[in-house]
Amino acid sequence: MGVAQMATELTIPSNLAEARRVQELIADALHLHGYTDTDTFAIKLALEEALVNAIKHGNQLDPEKQVFVVFNVTPERFDIRITDEGAGFNPEDVPDPTAIENLERPCGRGLLLMRGFMTEVEYHGRGNVVTMAKVREAAQ
Amino acid sequence: MANNGPRRRRLEVEDIGDIAVVNFVDKKILDEQNIQMIGDDLFRLVDELGRRKVLLNFGNVEFMSSAALGKLITLHRKLQAVQGKLVLCKIAKDILDVFKITKLDKILSITTDEQAGLQSFS
Repeated sequence: MGVAQMATELTIPSNLAEARRVQELIADALHLHGYTDTDTFAIKLALEEALVNAIKHGNQLDPEKQVFVVFNVTPERFDIRITDEGAGFNPEDVPDPTAIENLERPCGRGLLLMRGFMTEVEYHGRGNVVTMAKVREAAQ
Repeated sequence: MANNGPRRRRLEVEDIGDIAVVNFVDKKILDEQNIQMIGDDLFRLVDELGRRKVLLNFGNVEFMSSAALGKLITLHRKLQAVQGKLVLCKIAKDILDVFKITKLDKILSITTDEQAGLQSFS
């Protein structure tokens, strides 16, 4: 899965402000490892989309439910696993937002952006666990 | 809402001829509540103030997620419905990728700078 030893584990409530704190923490870790601004932007954006999905769509903003985050940064790659306590979903059921008939739909682009900005995005189990990885720009 | 202070200005609108040039005050366009208010202010330009040419200047924007895209599409549709036009300009390279990945660069007019944006209305 890639999120191996040395990983940082965090548990956050279903609160978007907490999600932003996770993003800042990870951005700091990326900065320490010398990731470019472009890679950092890509990872922060994918995190924003994935955490909003977990908190809003997965946990339905339920304060009793939590989001579990495990991430690891190395000089070569960033790995993260995000687990929510929701019912999950099948990513294949999400309509393709780039199809002409869907292009003007106002929502449904989060997953597409995660896939576009990260090297790997995979859903697991009932669809409440997502793992993402980004191979560092200079190392590619 | 516990944290509702006085309504803060999120957009700066300057009229250049008949074009409403809109700058975003925030560097990050996130948070549903914030995006809702930005959307309301943008829609008011068309629905209540009767503006037909809108140029959105993203020069100040450093980060934006998919949540904001829906508002831009709705604004685009509103303007199309009244034979108006929406143009976006000065989008940072990383944010431009958001439009490219979602293929919204195919339906929205995007120019590099404000001058080119203004000229695209003529």
